[in-house]
Amino acid sequence: MFDINKVRSDFPILGTAVYGKPLVYVDNAASTQKPQQVIDSITDLYSNHYANIHRGVHHLSQKSTALYEGARETVKNFINASKVEEIVFVRGTTEGVNLVASSYLEPLLEPGDEILISEMEHHSNIIPWQLTAERTGALLKIIPLLENGELDLSALPDLLSPKVKLVAVTHMSNSLGTINDVSLIIGQAHGLGIPVLIDGAQSIAHMPIDVQKLDCDFFVFSGHKIYGPTGIGALYAKENHLLNMKPYQGGGDMILNVSFEKTEFNDIPYKFEAGTPNIEGTIGMAAALDYVSELGIEAIDKYEQELLAYASKRFSEIEGLQIIGTAPNKGCIISFVLEGIHPHDVGTIMDMEGVAVRTGHHCTQPVMDYYNISATTRVSLSFYNTINEIDEITRAIAKVKELMG
Amino acid sequence: MSELRELYQEVILDHNKNPRNFKKLELHSHHANGHNPLCGDKLELFLDVVEGIIKDISFVGSGCAISTSSASLMTQFLKGKSIVETRHYFEDFHDLVTGKELDEEALEGLGKLAVFAGVQEFPARVKCASLSWHTLINALDSVDEPAATE
Repeated sequence: MFDINKVRSDFPILGTAVYGKPLVYVDNAASTQKPQQVIDSITDLYSNHYANIHRGVHHLSQKSTALYEGARETVKNFINASKVEEIVFVRGTTEGVNLVASSYLEPLLEPGDEILISEMEHHSNIIPWQLTAERTGALLKIIPLLENGELDLSALPDLLSPKVKLVAVTHMSNSLGTINDVSLIIGQAHGLGIPVLIDGAQSIAHMPIDVQKLDCDFFVFSGHKIYGPTGIGALYAKENHLLNMKPYQGGGDMILNVSFEKTEFNDIPYKFEAGTPNIEGTIGMAAALDYVSELGIEAIDKYEQELLAYASKRFSEIEGLQIIGTAPNKGCIISFVLEGIHPHDVGTIMDMEGVAVRTGHHCTQPVMDYYNISATTRVSLSFYNTINEIDEITRAIAKVKELMG
Repeated sequence: MSELRELYQEVILDHNKNPRNFKKLELHSHHANGHNPLCGDKLELFLDVVEGIIKDISFVGSGCAISTSSASLMTQFLKGKSIVETRHYFEDFHDLVTGKELDEEALEGLGKLAVFAGVQEFPARVKCASLSWHTLINALDSVDEPAATE
């Protein structure tokens, strides 16, 4: 059983008030709050172990290096990669996607080649491919959406062809909550020898991830969406891809030998980590992954699904409220529109009730275009939310209707 | 709730529900599109200016209550005003919603638009209130690109 009071007490910010009302934080798809364990890990690093990593022969440098490389091991275990060399630290999901676009895909592309993404992608899984396509003369192809927020995977066999050089899809939609059948996508793409990148920005915090079982070629996620610090994330890539990829950025730590005539690059994954990295972020992210592992991702998933079911039921009882994204397999995200009331007004009024929701297009403008709306109000839940909070949110929505009605 | 009542005053709610001058002007001398990419608010503004006076003004578009009512009240307010005055009112309105000190005369000059003083307590909403005004200035300057709220 999930001890919700114990869990909540781990997150100092959850005890704070907004405009005199207890904070109800349900903007978790944008970023999650941090447990004391993560905050302490960073304080401990700076108080006791900090120095620059690698190459330093002194005591502190070795301690910092051990913590930093230990974090890589933690990430590897969390997503069940087979080797630590397959984990590259990046600034976040966005940088991970850009790295794959620049270092893996771009050198392979010929004019007329295709990159297959989906209609529900976050802008960060659209623009890097668009830029790459523009530079190479490749084309962006789209797996279409269905009315309920699922992908129309019946279109997949027709979209996949030897022209497609990469498929990049989200595991879980940040605006609709839909969990995609990525195993099916990966299976079909691999049937034609096409590699697949999975955007795990949302899925990482809500369901068990096993990159070997998924057999994806690339998997990217951000630390701050799984209770860790901002500015850090990880790219998983199969070893054979990393070995063949060009460096991403040049700088210190990614080299073995440098002369003005020639540079010999470092081994993977260091070849992709130029410059002094985000040491505190990496260690903080590992502390966050340890925290989530301790709670158990299966237990988290089960509890969050209960919250989702209750919230979906309560919200759909509200007259004039329409949930956008009703796929049968969903993570704990509920986007909705209220008849005649703009999401920005909804967001401002709910905020005054202490409820932190996100309003807008959620960096998924093509999804908004599909539903012919400009914005939604999004409630994105976490394991630290409660049934009682969902009642509070429901009351806040009633207040919105009362004030704007 | 008092700040909310201050923001969503009756007159704002009324103009949101029943925006005035909400149509396209077939005959117009100036025209501009406004867009707030952050929230997707869009509006299109039409002006018929004759000898430096705004003879007619209208808008169409979709947005939140603050941006819609601001556009509606602005069109009502500016009809019959001169271009020179209008540019002054833009400055005064901008000061009003961003919480800058306004002297009594300027505040009085804004008439009904003073209801938007509540916006200064909500920094995230300043752009909603000022979108129509930025679009107006673009129309007068005859800039063809959509007005941004930056």
